[in-house]
Amino acid sequence: MELVAEHVGGVLVVHAMDDRIDAAGAIQFKERMRTIVQTGEARVVLNMARVNFLDSSGLGAVVAVMKLMGPDRRLELAGLTPTVQKVFRLTRMESIFTIHPSLPEGLGHAV
Amino acid sequence: MRCDQTDPPAAVTFRMAIAANPMAVREGLRSLMAAEIMQALSDDGRGVSQIVLAEVLNNVVEHAYGDRAGAIEVEVARIGDGLRCRVVDFGRPMPGGQLPDPNLTPPEDLPEGGFGWYLIRTLAQELRYRRLHGRNELSLLLPVPG
Repeated sequence: MELVAEHVGGVLVVHAMDDRIDAAGAIQFKERMRTIVQTGEARVVLNMARVNFLDSSGLGAVVAVMKLMGPDRRLELAGLTPTVQKVFRLTRMESIFTIHPSLPEGLGHAV
Repeated sequence: MRCDQTDPPAAVTFRMAIAANPMAVREGLRSLMAAEIMQALSDDGRGVSQIVLAEVLNNVVEHAYGDRAGAIEVEVARIGDGLRCRVVDFGRPMPGGQLPDPNLTPPEDLPEGGFGWYLIRTLAQELRYRRLHGRNELSLLLPVPG
């Protein structure tokens, strides 16, 4: 589970580089995110444009990351591919995240 | 992993046997998604198929086998406007001999689990489970035109 983090004007942008967040990688994803978000930015944007598939374990891991960031910080999601979006929609978890169709203007350059 | 594709006159059937662990499930799903039977589906149909089968297989790994080693057999066949899927394992039976039917936890409670059977029941039809001679057999229909 490769994650690439960059700091862009006070925002932490994390690019998920693998094509899936599934039961085989969910724990590793959560633990790497736990380390990455320790830099403390209030706003974290997870770029999921390369993630073609997410199962319920992957969804649970994304929710867990939001929870471990605490109530004063925000985890936003960007670039959900159709199958990933479907999982968020069917489980109604899209209602608790700010979801951007693609990386917000000015946040996407390096990767 | 063993996997073969037979081609009887009327239909294509995909079969594979995988080990009961998360990495084997990932590789098995990759093989299935690359198989001929999936190529005829729309992107949405492929997505639905992978979501349902991933949840079924992950449940077998996690609950039927727990941390023990074992095998899972998967068969996917085209039946009219859908895919008939059969998953067999040799692990523990379903509690109460029945398939779970959970309600969704409200999103605002920030649940980290409990989505699997909800997704299966939302996307699949004609779910049937039986326990026979130490085997669990789950069959379902994916309503995905090909």
